[in-house]
Amino acid sequence: MKVTVSAANLRAIEAHGESTYPNEGAGFLLGRQEGDILRIEGVLPIVNKWETGEQYHRYVLTPADYSRAEIEAMKREVDVVGVFHSHPDHVAEPSIWDRDWAVPNMSYFISSIRNGHAADTFSWRLREDHSGFDSEPIEVLNQEAS
Amino acid sequence: MATVRIPTPLRPYTAGNEYVTVSGATVADALDSLVEQYPDLKPHLFNEGKLRSFVNVFLGEEDTRFLDGPQTPITADSKLLIIPSIAGG
Repeated sequence: MKVTVSAANLRAIEAHGESTYPNEGAGFLLGRQEGDILRIEGVLPIVNKWETGEQYHRYVLTPADYSRAEIEAMKREVDVVGVFHSHPDHVAEPSIWDRDWAVPNMSYFISSIRNGHAADTFSWRLREDHSGFDSEPIEVLNQEAS
Repeated sequence: MATVRIPTPLRPYTAGNEYVTVSGATVADALDSLVEQYPDLKPHLFNEGKLRSFVNVFLGEEDTRFLDGPQTPITADSKLLIIPSIAGG
C-alpha cells in the first residue's frame, strides 16, 4: 500500500512526537483508501493513556479514544485508517510490543525523535499472519521548496 | 438475534459488513457465531484461543471485561461492539 500525506500533516505528526519527548506521543490517522493508495487527510493527536512513568517506551489509545476518532472521521466523511506514534531516541521501526497489539489493515506511522527533534518517519502495515510488519512507501504532498 | 458491530479495519473479513447478526446466550457464544459465519476473521480476533490484545467487546457502553467477560449473558436485543484499543511501544 502506498501512503500519501501532506507536508503539513506529516509535520503535525512529528511535532506531536517532539512535544511529548522524552515520552511517546500517539494519535490517529484519518483518510480514505482509493485502490492501492491510502490518502491521509487528517491527524488526531491523542493524550497517551499509559501510566506516566512508563510512557517513555509505551503508549495506549483507549477504546473511548478510538470511538471518538470514529465519530470525528464520520464528521469529516473519512475513515480511521491508521495510527501514529513516536519512538524517543530509537529507530522508526516497530517493536515486538507494537506487533503484539497491532490491528490489521491500518497504517502505522512511527517517528524517530532524537534529542527532541524528529529524525525520520516511516509507515508500516501488519502482515496478515501477524508475524511482523512490512514497510509502506510514503509520498509527501505539497512539499514546500526550502 | 443479537448484533455485533465490526470496526472498519476488520470489515475486510466480514465481506464489508458493519453489522453481523449472531446467535447465542453469552458473549463467547456470539463471538463463536461471528467467526463461524466469517472464518477469515477468526485469526484476527483470537490468538491461541484467547482474544487478541487489541480486541475489546462492549455490550452497549459497558466493556464486557468488567462484566462477566466471555460469560456475560446477552439477549436477542443485545448490541455488541468490537472496539480496538491501540497500544505499542
